[in-house]
Amino acid sequence: MRNVSTIAGRELRSIFASAIAYVVLTGFLLLGGWFFFNLLARFNLLVSMYSSFQGNAEAAQRLNVNEFVLGPLLHNLSVVLIILVPMITMRSFAEEKRSGTYELLLTSPVSIWEIVLGKFLGTAAFITVMVGLTLIYGAILLAFGNPEIGIMASGYLGLWLLALTFVAIGLFASSLTENQIIAAVTGLVLMMLLFVVGWGADTAGDTMGSLLRYLSITEHSGNLIRGVIDTKTLIYFGSMILGWMFLTQRSVESIRWR
Amino acid sequence: MIEVHDLTKRYGERIAVAGVSFSVARGEVLGFLGPNGAGKTTTMRMLTGFLPPSSGTAKIAGFDVFHESAQVRRRIGYLPENPPLYTDMTVRSYLEFVARLKGVARSQVATARDRAIERTGLGDVAGRLLGHLSKGYRQRAGLAQAIINDPEVLVLDEPTIGLDPRQIIEIRSLIRDLSGERTVILSTHILPEVAQVCDKVVIINHGRVACEDSLDNLTRGGTLEEVFLRYITADVIDETSADPDEPAGPRELDDPGI
Repeated sequence: MRNVSTIAGRELRSIFASAIAYVVLTGFLLLGGWFFFNLLARFNLLVSMYSSFQGNAEAAQRLNVNEFVLGPLLHNLSVVLIILVPMITMRSFAEEKRSGTYELLLTSPVSIWEIVLGKFLGTAAFITVMVGLTLIYGAILLAFGNPEIGIMASGYLGLWLLALTFVAIGLFASSLTENQIIAAVTGLVLMMLLFVVGWGADTAGDTMGSLLRYLSITEHSGNLIRGVIDTKTLIYFGSMILGWMFLTQRSVESIRWR
Repeated sequence: MIEVHDLTKRYGERIAVAGVSFSVARGEVLGFLGPNGAGKTTTMRMLTGFLPPSSGTAKIAGFDVFHESAQVRRRIGYLPENPPLYTDMTVRSYLEFVARLKGVARSQVATARDRAIERTGLGDVAGRLLGHLSKGYRQRAGLAQAIINDPEVLVLDEPTIGLDPRQIIEIRSLIRDLSGERTVILSTHILPEVAQVCDKVVIINHGRVACEDSLDNLTRGGTLEEVFLRYITADVIDETSADPDEPAGPRELDDPGI
């Protein structure tokens, strides 16, 4: 466990030591702020429109900030994560291979699992900070409206689990190459595939269709954003994260049997 | 201390190291000589557990480098050809990281760090970023990480390459100081270095051992340059030629493509 925390600590520090971290954080919050502002403005407009017609007061009551502001906001942020998470994870293994520190890591008395887990936890800590900063939008809603806290928490949980899955995918992509650009593109494509794989569900027949739907990450994060916490969903994220970490471990280990 | 038996590394069709055998006694400094591309780095990578051998065995301190890799990795300090430095860390924090990675006890980390800094003369730059150091200091930092856990065996891959003459002299005397009780394998193609630092010499050419003898025996018949050139130009690479008293005649050898 000590080796894991040593590696995780260095990983986190190296992310913050690079300008990429600040550019990514700024970009993420900037886009998030723009989404939030626009969703909120549209929501305001809807509320005032509905309330201005007589008899539509009940309809106006049914408009709620969870469904009209927070839900779409979290969906949009998850799309942005597809592009930004690879920017953070691309360096992880690729840069070590390029600079030669990979030899230090692999000739130290630590196991490959410890390396992979350490890198995952270090990067996950950064991504958690990144997702955590978007809690400000939730806090604004809480201060000026009355959203349902349960649904909000479940939604943020969805965004966070999605981000962690992306971290595991990004690390895997980075472990394949010593070129950061290739790592970023590979990661992005894999994440995007997981995002859209459900689109084929309607035309793919029953069995295949439900399989594709189960694989689709938006299906599960979407459930959480709607406030539906299902064990199936939690198992999905757990097995995704572990599965991609397993592949990363194999990929790093492959130097031993290639 | 180090026993290498018939070590071979194949990359598909290409044979990088073909049946290398030699041994190093405790406390000896072995000069590992050979032209560029002879297989020195590959051999060292196998000894340190970075690459697995295709066949053959190597034991360090009685542990097999492949099957008991973790034990071996605990006992060696390794300076790869490119010093494995994280350029975004300061000398001090980097050495702390390596100490923890190499399993130095928590309470000893600061002591180990300061001792390594002192022994390698890094005191003046201890607070500076590794990326901002000159090549000579980087090489010292590389040596410092190799000795941080006070290993029994040091494996140094071309430690003086690319340095200016003054730095070469400094690093060389540093290696002499550091060797002390340790067993050292020093790869190089700079011959005076061997004459000054080593007890024993292994000359490797086209992935095979061309010669293994003590420095005194080798230089009895002429300068090390002459001996070296004789062994690497003779196209005979055979176990029998390991005996310098019996220079074997030329023989056809399939080109290993190096």
